[in-house]
Amino acid sequence: MNYLLNNAERVWLLLLQHVYMVSIALLISMLIAVPLGVLISRYRFLAVPIMGTLGILYTVPSLAMIVLLIPFFGLNATSVIIALIIYAQVILVRNVVAALTSISPAVIEAAYGMGMSTWQCWWQVQVPLALPIVLAGVRLAAVVCIGIAAIGAKFNAGGIGVLLFDGIAMGRDQMIWAGALVLAVFALVVNSLLRLLEWAVDPQTRIKRAARQHAQPPPQPAAQPSH
Amino acid sequence: MAYIEFVNVSKQFPGALRPSVNNCSLAIEQGTFVVLLGLSGCGKTTLLKMVNRLHEPTSGHILIDGEDIRHLPVTALRQRIGYVIQQTGLFPHMTVAQNIAVVPKLLGWQRERIESRIDELLTLIELPPAEYRHRYPSQLSGGQQQRVGLARALAGDPEVMLMDEPFGAIDAITRATLQDEMIFLQRQLQKTILFVTHDVEEALRLADKIVVMDMGCIVQYDTPFRILTRPANQFVTNLVGADDTVRHLSLISVERAMQSPPPDFHVNGQPRIALHDNLRNALSLLLRTGTQTLVVAQDEHPVGILTMGQIQHLVGRVHEL
Repeated sequence: MNYLLNNAERVWLLLLQHVYMVSIALLISMLIAVPLGVLISRYRFLAVPIMGTLGILYTVPSLAMIVLLIPFFGLNATSVIIALIIYAQVILVRNVVAALTSISPAVIEAAYGMGMSTWQCWWQVQVPLALPIVLAGVRLAAVVCIGIAAIGAKFNAGGIGVLLFDGIAMGRDQMIWAGALVLAVFALVVNSLLRLLEWAVDPQTRIKRAARQHAQPPPQPAAQPSH
Repeated sequence: MAYIEFVNVSKQFPGALRPSVNNCSLAIEQGTFVVLLGLSGCGKTTLLKMVNRLHEPTSGHILIDGEDIRHLPVTALRQRIGYVIQQTGLFPHMTVAQNIAVVPKLLGWQRERIESRIDELLTLIELPPAEYRHRYPSQLSGGQQQRVGLARALAGDPEVMLMDEPFGAIDAITRATLQDEMIFLQRQLQKTILFVTHDVEEALRLADKIVVMDMGCIVQYDTPFRILTRPANQFVTNLVGADDTVRHLSLISVERAMQSPPPDFHVNGQPRIALHDNLRNALSLLLRTGTQTLVVAQDEHPVGILTMGQIQHLVGRVHEL
């Protein structure tokens, strides 16, 4: 705790670096994963090659993955961000596909049958119905990326990982504790915020609220005989 | 002049051995209720879905009101056609009101007009707007969902309705109710309806005309009565049970069979049947009550009598009717 208070400015800077890496990686990941997911849900035969490749990439240890990327992107945050994007893909694409295929084909047929364009069907029907499952994927990917980004410190990318690795190198327990604590709180906060967002956009939330309004008031308990 | 016209329409899906729809020509008058009847895989649903271009014909033309439907933008065409499917396809994340508002919004109606249309339709399908407007589809029974599906299809006030086995997944009692409501609605609305079913009873009950299909071809296109009494071939006979006398009786009205009462006839407690009822119900009433004579009533006034002998006589010459 003392370390945190005495070095608040440094920790804050490292946290910002961490947030930057994770959010850039997630943003780019989504831009790749959504089209890929749409493609797979439309052409199912693509599922095996794409998901297979992403699955294999996911099994490569993060340290090795970043080392492999360094010759191409240099010893900096870029290599780490690229690695995060690759790891997030398998989670995001799988959830986008699951979300899109969970929508009943009858609903899509009705949408087109009523005269919606592809674009209208996407924004008015598919996106609202798919969003909760997609966001669950984003939440999982965010937590995974927060963890992996800590390793970025080894590769000159900054982030909270710096506290961990420096702490080990200098044998300063306080630094290690501080880094672990900040990282854990950060992950928990991101997780909760995204879960809240999921809840807010889930149609089920509104449906349940409407159900409560229409529900009959509970029957009055029988009067207890007084003594 | 025909309102919907199929001209030599064929459809063969890629990789299929034979065409799903094979050179079908058909002319449908405005305001008629036409049922496409046939076994699973006979092409009736494919034929239906070519009207709103969910399938495109491999060859041939489809005209609505004289205009080739391929000359219209596909979304504009579909917004003009009501579409009801078996699984309802209601949008689960929208309320009943929002579901009904979809087509009016696509058509760019003013908000007040949409709101009053929603209330009007909910009243028409007997779901009180105050209670049902803000419910979600998952809060409705199967029958209610299907009614909302119907209301949603009617929302843009289309001339043409396409209905793909709309009551297929609904229990028998609710289905009968929905069929009655459908007959009642059609009497008021006079839409041109294409309705797919494999349920013969449903077809006979609802249709002005029935299209019997087999192996992608139209086998017979005629009124329910003539389909039963003059089936085109053995397939139609077997499909509709054309040798089923009781089924024939269900298509003949009491009015057609009744006689004026003989001079010595006195009304005293004989069972009554309504003028617009059918002979099947009359026969059932005769058998149940064990009498020989029914009094035919119109608005509570006796207008004639109907005897067992009369029904038998009609059964004998049903093919001449």
